[in-house]
Amino acid sequence: MHGLLSILIWLPIGAGILILLLGDARIAAGRWLALAASLATLALAVPLWTHFDPGSAALQFPELAPWIPRFKAFYALGVDGISMPLIALTAFMTVPVVIAGWSVIDMRPAQYYAAFLVMEGLMIGVFAATDALLFYFFWEAMLIPMFLIIGIWGGPRRVYATIKFFLYTFLGSVFMLAALIYMYVKAGDYSIASLQALPLTLIEQRWIFCAFLLAFAVKVPMWPVHTWLPDAHVEAPTGGSVILAAIMLKMGGYGFLRFSLPIAPDASRELDLLVIALSLIAVVYIGFVALVQQDMKKLIAYSSVAHMGFVTLGAFVVYEIVRHTGSLVGAGMGMDGAMVQMISHGLISGALFLCVGVLYDRLHSRQIADYGGVVNTMPVFASFMVLFALANTGLPGTSGFVGEFLVIIASFRASFWYALLAAVTLMLGAAYTLWLVKRVVFGPVTSPRVAGLKDLNGRETVVLGALAAAVLLVGVWPAPLLKVMQPTIHHLVSQAVASKL
Amino acid sequence: MSFATFAPAVAEICLTVAVCLILLVDAFAGERRRRLTPTLTLLALVLGAALTVRYGQVSERLVLFDGMYVADPLAVVLKLAGFLFVAVALLYSRAYLENRNILRGEYYVLTLTALLGIFVLISANSLLTVYLGVELLALPVYALVAFDRDSGVSAEAAMKYFVLGAIASGALLYGMSLIYGLTGTLDLGTLATRLHGPLSAGVVLGLTFIVVAVAFKFGAVPFHMWLPDVYEGAPTSVTLFIGTAPKIAYFALTLRLLAQGLAGTEPQWSQMLTALAVLTLVVGNVVALVQTNLKRMLAYSTIANVGFIVLGFVAGTPDGYAAAMYYTLVYVLVALGSFGVILLASSRGFEADRLDDYRGLHRRDPLLALVMMVLMFSTAGVPPFVGFWAKLRIFQVLWESGHLWLVLLAAAMSVVGAYYYLRIIKLMYFDEPAGELPAARRELPVRLALGLNAAAVLVLGVLPGPLLDLCARVIH
Repeated sequence: MHGLLSILIWLPIGAGILILLLGDARIAAGRWLALAASLATLALAVPLWTHFDPGSAALQFPELAPWIPRFKAFYALGVDGISMPLIALTAFMTVPVVIAGWSVIDMRPAQYYAAFLVMEGLMIGVFAATDALLFYFFWEAMLIPMFLIIGIWGGPRRVYATIKFFLYTFLGSVFMLAALIYMYVKAGDYSIASLQALPLTLIEQRWIFCAFLLAFAVKVPMWPVHTWLPDAHVEAPTGGSVILAAIMLKMGGYGFLRFSLPIAPDASRELDLLVIALSLIAVVYIGFVALVQQDMKKLIAYSSVAHMGFVTLGAFVVYEIVRHTGSLVGAGMGMDGAMVQMISHGLISGALFLCVGVLYDRLHSRQIADYGGVVNTMPVFASFMVLFALANTGLPGTSGFVGEFLVIIASFRASFWYALLAAVTLMLGAAYTLWLVKRVVFGPVTSPRVAGLKDLNGRETVVLGALAAAVLLVGVWPAPLLKVMQPTIHHLVSQAVASKL
Repeated sequence: MSFATFAPAVAEICLTVAVCLILLVDAFAGERRRRLTPTLTLLALVLGAALTVRYGQVSERLVLFDGMYVADPLAVVLKLAGFLFVAVALLYSRAYLENRNILRGEYYVLTLTALLGIFVLISANSLLTVYLGVELLALPVYALVAFDRDSGVSAEAAMKYFVLGAIASGALLYGMSLIYGLTGTLDLGTLATRLHGPLSAGVVLGLTFIVVAVAFKFGAVPFHMWLPDVYEGAPTSVTLFIGTAPKIAYFALTLRLLAQGLAGTEPQWSQMLTALAVLTLVVGNVVALVQTNLKRMLAYSTIANVGFIVLGFVAGTPDGYAAAMYYTLVYVLVALGSFGVILLASSRGFEADRLDDYRGLHRRDPLLALVMMVLMFSTAGVPPFVGFWAKLRIFQVLWESGHLWLVLLAAAMSVVGAYYYLRIIKLMYFDEPAGELPAARRELPVRLALGLNAAAVLVLGVLPGPLLDLCARVIH
């Protein structure tokens, strides 16, 4: 399957440009083309998974072509156990986004689909790139379609939200670029493998770690640089929120695993308490913040911040485990949990945003107070919503349980208190999610507008059904997912604890 | 004196002949055959470029005409870029000039003369040639700024430009005279060999005046005051010219004069340029944030970009100069397109130079909006556009030469800069048009050129290798 990754990147981008050329006049054809392209990408992601050798931590499906000889930068692609599932997630989540916009987007639909498809290709590029410069190229380029999506199809405060989103991410990224260039000057090329192998002093590692932390913490987002997220989520159109929550936030977590830990292991060990503290604040404090939200999207956005706190906690608790127990037992479990949590949160938060989108398309309100008793008029929708809400609280049997459970167990090995604080989120998560469901879905019908709601149409049922199946599958049978990650995580843990000094 | 002696100067010879011929033809063609001069000018530029490619190529550095003139691959590349950029600039400008009744032969003759000045600067190998080039470029441009003679704003801008420009020329001459007096040579090559070891205070004083003049020409803070006024006051087609090809000349000026001729004073001028670059980056980016006039905003954006070019020189290595050259070419390419958009968005009696005129442009004219978006993202330094590589290259050479704080400052300032570029995109794409504005004109060849301009920004951004290599090769 040579060139599979290239096809995965450029097929959606090419289709996006084609749709742009077709224009709004021929949008009927454009829509089908968008659906066909996103389905084809998903179909191509299947051989990526099936031909992936789960026994190896090496980069698979490698591609290498000269790109910029002067910088010794290559068009180098490849996947391992942490990037491959994320590419599959990206391919999977773009399909519902295309379908969800089918009849809803009236304004400039050609540009809408083009933006999402181009962004899909660029996001796959981020996960597939094994050259740091190529990675950065995709990482930044991806901002452009998202900037336009929020700015053009967003809500009333979209301009503020999208510029804030762009500038926050841009600010974080330029310092990462400065760090990458510094390492390039020392290492002589941009390949991620040689950056990981580059010996660095503790002081250099600290600076590099901080530059990466700035870039990835904004993206994850971690407290206190999370404030762009609620704004962006609330203003973005449904599809934008889904991609933002499901994929873009994962890039921050991916960055920690791919860059911070292997490149600056000693600085990571030294500063792990900082990251753990920020993660626990995200988990607990943001959980309380989510509790008081009046806006459904904002609530889910804050819940994303809290759940992504598990990812960073799981990634960095490794060092605490080694420090407290002196052994690596359980260290991999934290990272396993972080990865599963990323996949699972991608599915669940995407699904929840789609649920909010379903309601918003009907009543044009995201305020919790405008709803109540939806179950009486939309029983099918209500069952999906309740399922995803329960998954969000981490109910066993859903994907939400696996990741959080693994991270909490791993934190127990490090310290009782980490585990306790992390476990608080299970309560808080249950509180804000179930209270949301109680106020929106259950109870008597509160207003005539709710009484007039129509249940899901076929399109929406397919989308939510597919997501529900995925959530349950990962929840009941996470073994295949864990299996493909295992060797890579094992390798990553050994990189993360090996000193470079 | 043989053909071989003159061949490397074919670009200048061709331009001089063209200037004389076009002046005559225009005088006799009269009012009725107005379109003749623009066409002839474009032909002359194409012919000049072709002759340069055919006869003007040199494989190594040649010093000609008693050491006054230097021909090297760098000069060939810069001159070809000059031909190309000026031709495109004139193509963009024609309809604009027609609509304002200032489509006169003199406009084209002055532009060609200024281009000749650019070429003289590019090939200067003596302080005298440098000065000749600087004046040959500046004088026609003063006249061009005042070309719309009924416009008070243009006259004021020209006056300001002329007076401040004269002061800068004075500074340049004074500095040169000091250097000449202390070293006894005008030749840049000899100068480089005579200036080494500890420097006398006189040399440093002379150098200071020269740096001030260079900073003035580039528009580096605190010698930038003329730039926003001239950009705003001049007819947009003239702004387009000033903002593009002369930057190449000033890059060459800095390279030949400071980096090559006065190489022995590198530690001194490098310090001065560092201070200039820091001020330029900060003032350019911050002041651009509050502009309401697009031409004025682009003027401050020019200043900010000049800061990056100067940073390339601060690095003080051949790689640094190559980075500065790459940045200059990329900047000119993008500026060409941005001012081209302003020209095309304007129409008779309507100058599209306020930011508000761009509200909802995507509705009126999707192509212009798309081109402008590409150019703005490029200037902001976002991949996949070429502006990203220009900034990256500057960061790289700064790291390599150990200028940590400049990297961080430049990185932070490019984030500040991103805001006002995003604001333009916001106006064009996120806002609805405010009231009825004249529909943009349809001129297929010009629009095609503009589209190609934007496409070049994208293609050079996805495959930056060849141009980067070219710049590095001709500098080394």
